[in-house]
Amino acid sequence: MTDTPVLEVRNLNVRFDTPKGEFHAVKDVNFTMGREKLAIVGESGSGKTQTGRAILGLTQGHITADKMAFHGTNLLDLAPAQWREIRGKRIAMVMQDPKYSLNPVMTIGDQLIEAGKRLLGTDGAHKRALEMLEAVKIRDPKRVFNAWPHELSGGMGQRAMIAMMLMAEPELLIADEPTSALDVTVRLQVLAILDDLVKTRDMGLVFISHDLNLVRTFADRVLIMYGGRVVEELPAKDLMNATHPYTRGLLACAPEVDRPTKRLATLTRDPAWAQSPGGTR
Amino acid sequence: MIEIENLTVVFGDSDNRVTAVDGVSLKVAAGESFGLVGESGSGKSTILRAVAGLADSTGSIVINGQKQGRKRDRNFYSQVQMVFQDPFGSLHPKHTIDRILTEPLVVHDVPDREAKVRAVLDQVQLGPSFRFRYPHQLSGGQRQRIAIARALILRPKIILLDEPTSALDVSIQAEVLNLLDDIRNELGVTYLMVSHDLGVVAHMCRRFAVMRQGKVVEVADSRHLGTGTLEHAYSRQLLVASKGYDRAVIDAFADL
Repeated sequence: MTDTPVLEVRNLNVRFDTPKGEFHAVKDVNFTMGREKLAIVGESGSGKTQTGRAILGLTQGHITADKMAFHGTNLLDLAPAQWREIRGKRIAMVMQDPKYSLNPVMTIGDQLIEAGKRLLGTDGAHKRALEMLEAVKIRDPKRVFNAWPHELSGGMGQRAMIAMMLMAEPELLIADEPTSALDVTVRLQVLAILDDLVKTRDMGLVFISHDLNLVRTFADRVLIMYGGRVVEELPAKDLMNATHPYTRGLLACAPEVDRPTKRLATLTRDPAWAQSPGGTR
Repeated sequence: MIEIENLTVVFGDSDNRVTAVDGVSLKVAAGESFGLVGESGSGKSTILRAVAGLADSTGSIVINGQKQGRKRDRNFYSQVQMVFQDPFGSLHPKHTIDRILTEPLVVHDVPDREAKVRAVLDQVQLGPSFRFRYPHQLSGGQRQRIAIARALILRPKIILLDEPTSALDVSIQAEVLNLLDDIRNELGVTYLMVSHDLGVVAHMCRRFAVMRQGKVVEVADSRHLGTGTLEHAYSRQLLVASKGYDRAVIDAFADL
């Protein structure tokens, strides 16, 4: 880890105005990350996606925070022009489903070039697009370059998405359930690509997921969110020794092949989990 | 209870024929819970649809001693019901829960409908207060309970489960899987269950078939998973993959 953190978030809150009053999606979230794989885990509605989107300012909600600094630059004060220098260039995002996040009426190659054109020029972007398709382990980059999104399988589409996000060599990649729509073996292959990129390009990765078992084996550090709050933060390798009842409950209720049980444990939710102050311990 | 012999399902015409299910034979005993596991496109859901009469097939399907033809009669559907993957897409959005649950009873001309609706709601651990709500007022887990209740209300002998929990959070999944277990223990129904999640299948089913590209590569016993005695290399790869991320083994993954 370097001296200045890649990302520092202090007391992040995201609120939505709804006809039924204010909805507080993210409550006082704190974390600091370096060039590492930080996982944000939680069930649906826990605020994990909103936290990821808030980093890039990509939410309809109102974002407030004491501090949200990327390499020391406070993201909260940026003007639109300054945002454009960061979004997609220094911080990029991979979404869950390639079917909905790729433009269906543009070839993969054109979409990759569009992502890199401003930085590299059209020719440079063309060359780099092919390199990036190769970097994400696509066997025939030329074919995929000329393909339309509907011609690709889910795994291929997701690799193309990751290739697109890497066009500008971001320093931070936010991946929101990047492999949830993929088959299990393809999922691991895509994760291996992300893992290698973090290592070779010295990149930070925010990995948003609902899958504790996957995160335990993939990430370096884990934030567990419940009801908009971070209820526990710990190194991924210590996840099995988690102390918070929610984390323990989540770990216990997943069926696993080598831990057969007669009956699955269920989770009894305690309203206090969403009340207690979260953040780093 | 379910005997499938040489089942083949082909989609498309001459130019782009896809053999989704390719000569599959399976036997499921009465009261058993049998799993079909595999990756997308392996044909596991298509087998369920063929059994339910929703996909044209060749080969033979024998349900409860009766050979099934192209069309299923009403009696068949009182014995065989299905629960679908997506609890958001499989319930009519403009029908109340009461109407959704009453519909099978009306179709099959079953009397005493209100009592049956109340009883089945009780069975899936939702109270009578749910009767006059609409699907959009329910959470994903509650909707899937309604879908199970709808399948259950005709007292079928067989329930076909197509990824019944893959759209649910893991804590809700545990509740629904426990409920499905209870129902089978109580009523002795037979399950044929499809899932991409080896953990779910191993938990729910003693025996399961591993499918790949329309074929069954292996029928395995879930008690043997812990010891890793799977015969086929593809099933072993699935087992390794289901245990989480391990950079070292991924390069060894082959398109078996």
